[in-house]
Amino acid sequence: MLPWYEYLIVFCVGGLICMIGQILIISTKITTARILVLFEMIGVFLAAIDIYEPISAFAKAGINVPIVGFGASLAKGAINAVKAQGLLGVFTGGMASVAGGLAAAIGFGFLFGSLFKAKTKKF
Amino acid sequence: MTEIERNERYNKYVEAKIAKTHAWPSLFNAFWIGGFICVLGQIFNDLLLIWFPTMATQSAWTFTLIFLIFLASFLTGLGVFDKIAVYAGAGTIVPITGFSNSIASPAMEFKNEGIVFGMCAKMFVIAGPVIVFGTVASMIVGLIYLFL
Repeated sequence: MLPWYEYLIVFCVGGLICMIGQILIISTKITTARILVLFEMIGVFLAAIDIYEPISAFAKAGINVPIVGFGASLAKGAINAVKAQGLLGVFTGGMASVAGGLAAAIGFGFLFGSLFKAKTKKF
Repeated sequence: MTEIERNERYNKYVEAKIAKTHAWPSLFNAFWIGGFICVLGQIFNDLLLIWFPTMATQSAWTFTLIFLIFLASFLTGLGVFDKIAVYAGAGTIVPITGFSNSIASPAMEFKNEGIVFGMCAKMFVIAGPVIVFGTVASMIVGLIYLFL
């Protein structure tokens, strides 16, 4: 296990990213889909200009667990695959690198979607 | 009553009915719940590397995400996730749990409209843009690196 202050860094960075999302929701009434796409694109951009790695080494799950990490994983996968396979990597790299998460989300979504009934929402 | 007056009255009515998010407490909630989810992921990742020391870092992260996705869709099924989400706002949306919830929740909701066009099609109402944008952006990044 990591020393306790590492978890504090994870907590603070992850919390801060979510708080930025909340600020956007309050100030612009932005929808969930747009928030997800926006943060994903930030991740793609950070990985594309090659500064995601140092941030990830510092913040670990704090930036890997938010959807920013999903975007960065897409971009990193594409870059690595292009370096290894050339043109084919443009098509295979991004998707292959997030295949695990994507398949899990669709598979578990299907499974629990079939098993459970939607409840009436009370707000 | 003119049309403009009516619209104004309607807007005021909507404004009064809409769920109010109080700025400061909701920022704090988003912070600590978002942070908590990230710490949960980090702890799972560390335990995984202790149990399977030979596992590659990348594989461990993928398993961590799969674990959080599983947890989020399960809690969505139980109806617990929605309750947390009302409280936490972006704290549950921005982590990968929000992506998972955005697939599981409509799958459950639109089951009544049939399996193919109800459940399976509506699953991607929110996740669709995320996948499309992500794929296209990764291809653009790949192309840039190809010609660099």
